[in-house]
Amino acid sequence: MTVKNDLNKITGKVWKFGDNVDTDIIIPGKYLRTTDMSIFVAHVMEGIDPQFSKKVQKGDVIVAGENFGCGSSREQAPLALKYAGVACVVAGSFARIFFRNAINVGLPIIEAKIDCKEGDTIEIDLGNGIIMNEGVDYTVTKLPDFLQEILTDGGLVGHRKKVDAV
Amino acid sequence: MQEVCLKCSFSRINKTILADLHSAIYVIRLKRLLLKLVLSKFSILFKFKKSYKITMPTISEKILSRASGKQVAADDFIIANIDYAMAHDGTSILAVKAFKEMDAKKVWNPERIIIPFDHYTPAHTDTGAKLHQGIRQWIREQGITNFFDIGEGICHQVLPENGFAMPGKLIIGADSHSCTYGAFGAFATGVGATDMAEIFASGKLWLRVPQTIRITVDGKLSKGVSAKDLTLNIIKTIGADGANYKAIEYYGKTIQDLSIAQRMTLCNMSIEMGAKTGIVPADEKTFDYLKGKAKEKYEPIYADDNANYCEDLYFDVANLQPQIAKPHEVDNVFNINEVAGTPLDQVFIGSCTNGRYEDLQVVAKILRGKQVKVRTIVLPASRSVLIRATESGIIATLLKAGAVIMPPGCGPCLGAHQGVICEGETCLSTSNRNFKGRMGAGGLIYLSSPETAAASALCGEIADPREVV
Ligand code: SF4
Repeated sequence: MTVKNDLNKITGKVWKFGDNVDTDIIIPGKYLRTTDMSIFVAHVMEGIDPQFSKKVQKGDVIVAGENFGCGSSREQAPLALKYAGVACVVAGSFARIFFRNAINVGLPIIEAKIDCKEGDTIEIDLGNGIIMNEGVDYTVTKLPDFLQEILTDGGLVGHRKKVDAV
Repeated sequence: MQEVCLKCSFSRINKTILADLHSAIYVIRLKRLLLKLVLSKFSILFKFKKSYKITMPTISEKILSRASGKQVAADDFIIANIDYAMAHDGTSILAVKAFKEMDAKKVWNPERIIIPFDHYTPAHTDTGAKLHQGIRQWIREQGITNFFDIGEGICHQVLPENGFAMPGKLIIGADSHSCTYGAFGAFATGVGATDMAEIFASGKLWLRVPQTIRITVDGKLSKGVSAKDLTLNIIKTIGADGANYKAIEYYGKTIQDLSIAQRMTLCNMSIEMGAKTGIVPADEKTFDYLKGKAKEKYEPIYADDNANYCEDLYFDVANLQPQIAKPHEVDNVFNINEVAGTPLDQVFIGSCTNGRYEDLQVVAKILRGKQVKVRTIVLPASRSVLIRATESGIIATLLKAGAVIMPPGCGPCLGAHQGVICEGETCLSTSNRNFKGRMGAGGLIYLSSPETAAASALCGEIADPREVV
């Protein structure tokens, strides 16, 4: 089942991470031999904060530095974040494969450098490329429309079904 | 039905973005046209004999132009026809799941899909066995013949050995180190499982044509220093994301002198700089390697003179020392003297970076007649590497020296099983990643060449191979 995303209204609590958060941090390789999302969720971000899966709430937002998601091509990384309830990942930059995978599985992401602290409540309007935090507005580069459309459809699977149905 | 634009063959995008893309394309074309006009006037004025080419494509631009059926340049979005698609047991699980969820019935071409089992082989848990069973069944249903079951080897070794990695081809793998096939002059890159499901279903994938960095390497590598040291040194210079979204082309006398195995080591780690692919232009060595192996006819592709490179970098390796990447980033690279003496709990020799016959050969040379001081795990990259190493006596040498030999596959490289390390342990590995938790829940991973790994195994601590004879 693919769930649609509303890209224009994402409001959530911030979890902050640094540069080069790699896919082995997001979901270690030993948990990959399954398609059971609850296992990915139970171990999400284990490499950096073993308690993260217990603390993260549905709708929370990750704000990180450069090169988020570097390393392996494992799609389980964005899946783990998505099913853990992360509503959006904001990072200075993303590793190439993670970027594709996040779009394909329907995990909203946006490249931006913003000032914020852990626990801030952040508002994101992906469709219009606006981020608001603690009264400060940031205008960021929007994703191309076709990528936004895939995200809105909840990922490539949902998108393909929709396009094929027309 | 998919909507496909006839002008640019870009599909599944709405009208606004299509209009944007087209206007961007037209602006670029207009600029090129003007440039062409100006240059043609100049050539008349100065009686230039040489005719000016306006598009001076890189290898990536040329391969992607062929694959998309139109002239493309860096930053263009394209829909490309894939020559070969690879997914291993770790990623095909999700790709098959997404393929089914897409309601796709038949793969686009069962002969162009390659599935090696290497990540969790032989299966060591119920779930692992069950997943293998599911994929095997799907492979049978789909009539996929290029299936390499457990023990055949690591995907990035199996594809070249079986002649799938050919110059000029567009090869997409559901594994980040698919850039290894660039060693044969192919454009090869990694994607995730859903992208792979899309390829399984349609044989096509959207890509953005990358800009290209040209790296030229000159100088002779000194004794005890090898392609892995050069690779780590390049990564140190460029940084873990210095080539993000970009392609790399490797040139220079040093690169020409590298063997095919060494070129594979170099191209394998292009992803550790974020690169989409890393390419060594095909030459006689490539053609020789492919003789009798190549799966089909191929046409080598070369960049134009003065192709458009976004960056030009030079390396001289004459004084290069053995290099070590310290935990937990691959670009955290130091000369060996700064790290020598670090005590070790385990040495791992193998992986798609350095598990080839040549690698085992240099290791055996160093270990011959001696004993390792620390547990040492050796994983030949493929069945054929293991056969060769068995027949030539290398395996016996390694066993006598106290090494543990494991079946071909990924093994400890990704910490899934076999040779996992625990919190507080240190491993020196010839693989490509030293991320936190990569080889087990905790522990420290250092990366080095096979020469350094062998010398260190003998000493029980990180050691300079030039000093251990
Ligand atoms: S050997 Fe390691 S890096 Fe290479 S494909 Fe296997 S897990 Fe990936």
